[in-house]
Amino acid sequence: MEYKDYYKVMGIGKEATQVEIKRAFRKLARKYHPDVSKEKDAEDKFKEVGEAYEVLKDPKKRAAYDQLGANWKSGQAGFEPPPDWDAGFEFHGGTQTGDQANAADFSDFFASLFGQQTGGFQGSHQARHTRGEDSHTKVFIDLEDAYHGASRSLTLRTSVLGADGRPEIKSRTLNIKIPKGIKEGQNIRLQGQGSPGTAEGKAGDLYLKIEFNPHSNYKVKGLDVSLELPITPWEAMLGAKVQIPTPAGKVDLTIPAASSSGKRMRLKGRGIPAKIAGDFYITLEIILPDKLNEREKSLYQALQQESGSFNPRVKLGV
Amino acid sequence: MKNEITRLLSGAIVEEDSHVSFNQLCHCCSLSEEQIISMIEHGIIEPLEPLLTSSYWQFSGGCIIRIQTAVRLQHDLEINLAGTALALELLDEIRNLRQQVKSLQRD
Repeated sequence: MEYKDYYKVMGIGKEATQVEIKRAFRKLARKYHPDVSKEKDAEDKFKEVGEAYEVLKDPKKRAAYDQLGANWKSGQAGFEPPPDWDAGFEFHGGTQTGDQANAADFSDFFASLFGQQTGGFQGSHQARHTRGEDSHTKVFIDLEDAYHGASRSLTLRTSVLGADGRPEIKSRTLNIKIPKGIKEGQNIRLQGQGSPGTAEGKAGDLYLKIEFNPHSNYKVKGLDVSLELPITPWEAMLGAKVQIPTPAGKVDLTIPAASSSGKRMRLKGRGIPAKIAGDFYITLEIILPDKLNEREKSLYQALQQESGSFNPRVKLGV
Repeated sequence: MKNEITRLLSGAIVEEDSHVSFNQLCHCCSLSEEQIISMIEHGIIEPLEPLLTSSYWQFSGGCIIRIQTAVRLQHDLEINLAGTALALELLDEIRNLRQQVKSLQRD
């Protein structure tokens, strides 16, 4: 088990006052709240901060933790608390209640010190047949999955109190169907797959928030998908029929003659499928060859002479 | 470590469920009628036809997600409903702006 330096997590010194601890917690909670933060590991950081605060906000727990930390040296691998580490402190038995955090999410380190029964979200939830908590998690899918539908297997870890009273990590794997036509940011609800209820209370639901993995070819907005399509100068000028990729497979696209760079074309209904399917947008981008051979160069020069009267800067007055 | 494998589960897309009744909404979010009403009063969510009486109210499925986010923000950051409503609106705006930046960015 790894020793956790709660002071470091909170970015404060060991001498911090309770007021400073609270201030640091509030600031970090706002920064790392998973609904607010864009950082990838926000959820883990938020839990870590919640765990640190759970200990440091309580002067008794903090004092016990400080005493423990005095015997621990940075870089020391493997950490086991001495059997009587908390002797003389009142909270032994681990049935404190904290209303800030959900202790089920706390680390093994926390569990071994303070027990697992510190329940979060209590208060209004203590009726006998309580419905279980809803759980939330994110699932990353590819754009193609939204076109065709897919299945994903997802492993969820929760810590539960084992038969011997010690916390154990239980993992369960769910195979989930990703429905065709789902949009980025939408949620799938799996009924009864959240936390179990107490007594005869029903289990909560599991909500899966869908995020798309970034795609190298396409950009997605709602149900619409767009592609930047490189074309040659002669395709742009003369028009052409070219093959283009779409998440549903290759299709032929007719580029009209005299298409300038930046021209936008639309393939109706070729975006993400839905009752009213999204559209597929193509933005043309003229790409020039890096080098010309002598013959190509002279052909361009001939073209320059032939088209000498064309001025694309007329609008600029020059 | 225990590991249990279950069958293929399929669920509904919450946002596309366009007819959630007032009762269902309270149930889904484990909140009382009063709590939901005060969220409506703060503009966090809105019934599809706000002029009807509450027993006829219908909500879009997205309201469930919005309420859940509101509850988390309120609880985790110790902010009141007015602050939560403001935070949600600003988050919406940031999401839209980020989306715009993303679509304008050239690789």
